[in-house]
Amino acid sequence: MECVFGLVGNGFAIVAADTSAVHSILVHKSNEDKIMVLDSHKLIAASGESGDRVQFTEYIQKNVALYQFRNGIPLTTAAAANFTRGELATALRKNPYFVNILLAGYDKETGPSLYYIDYIATLHKVDKGAFGYGSYFSLSMMDRHYHSGMTVEEAIDLVDKCIMEIRSRLVVAPPNFVIKIVDKDGAREYAWRESVKDAAVASA
Amino acid sequence: MARYDRAITVFSPDGHLFQVEYALEAVRKGNAAVGVRGTDIVVLGVEKKSTAKLQDSRSVRKIVNLDDHIALACAGLKADARVLINRARIECQSHRLTVEDPVTVEYITRYIAGLQQKYTQSGGVRPFGLSTLIVGFDPYSGVPSLYQTDPSGTFSAWKANATGRNSNSIREFLEKNYKETSGQETIKLAIRALLEVKVYLFAATPFNIRLCG
Repeated sequence: MECVFGLVGNGFAIVAADTSAVHSILVHKSNEDKIMVLDSHKLIAASGESGDRVQFTEYIQKNVALYQFRNGIPLTTAAAANFTRGELATALRKNPYFVNILLAGYDKETGPSLYYIDYIATLHKVDKGAFGYGSYFSLSMMDRHYHSGMTVEEAIDLVDKCIMEIRSRLVVAPPNFVIKIVDKDGAREYAWRESVKDAAVASA
Repeated sequence: MARYDRAITVFSPDGHLFQVEYALEAVRKGNAAVGVRGTDIVVLGVEKKSTAKLQDSRSVRKIVNLDDHIALACAGLKADARVLINRARIECQSHRLTVEDPVTVEYITRYIAGLQQKYTQSGGVRPFGLSTLIVGFDPYSGVPSLYQTDPSGTFSAWKANATGRNSNSIREFLEKNYKETSGQETIKLAIRALLEVKVYLFAATPFNIRLCG
């Protein structure tokens, strides 16, 4: 039931992910951040087996950081995407990771980009992509309303439309979403869309 | 004596490990490096020997980052340094991955020293021919530190130190002139200590690393 989707706009890329951590019929928490900041100008939105998701994305993050220290310059988004895919591919026939990833990044030379990487190490460079049951709804919405060179306002509007579709049409729809953006100023959290707030822990 | 200096794992009768001492000789021939710790800043300086006219001096990095908050300068065999630095950088990321915390300066110094020691107790290998000066800030408290390691694998913390060529006279100067300083004053002390030779200078305050010189 995990929903992750993203799109590329004019000088930026945006990704949204649901924030529910679910185990069978139990919701552990509904503010789990599934979009990791890979480095200053890259975001990695991951869905799938929760142990694999954290383990794999942290592993990628540390290897990307190591590359930067060794070489003095950051990896391009394309390089990071290919490295990620390579790690998935190597593990596939031994010990596969069940993680689907949307990797969004901004490079000074080539601008924003979005990469679709699924758990069996498929890699596609895309303008819009989605994973999970929510993809049935968000891809259709994006197919209808997306055009290249959207502004941030237009893109957020489209993201909100997708979230609304997911909420109204998916049977066990996740209540909350987090939206993150990456552009020339870096990768950062943009907004949360919450319909259910976790109750605050009572003080002792 | 000659019989006891071939295999590194062999002690001489008077308790020397000659290979380690020869490695220290290699360090003494290397370019000078100086480190000074201030109250809110750490400074590393290295001697810039005159470069060949055709050489691109920017490709010669003498002071390197191990992590966002830790830097290293060394004296001795620069090729050995590359290997040690690479291992240290991997360890910094590995530590972050396993315990979700950046390394402390002491931890990574202990790691590098441990690596240098391993190569004094194995067959068929020689010690790393370099001493390192490691500076950084504690990731949470922001307290600055300066450590030194040497080919034998010993390490300790210092207020100010020098290694490489002329290190004895530079250290004497530092001993005479060291005071608890901060900011620009610390940089000035490091520069004065290296006044005989040209320098690359690296200065870092918490969360703000500048390369200057």
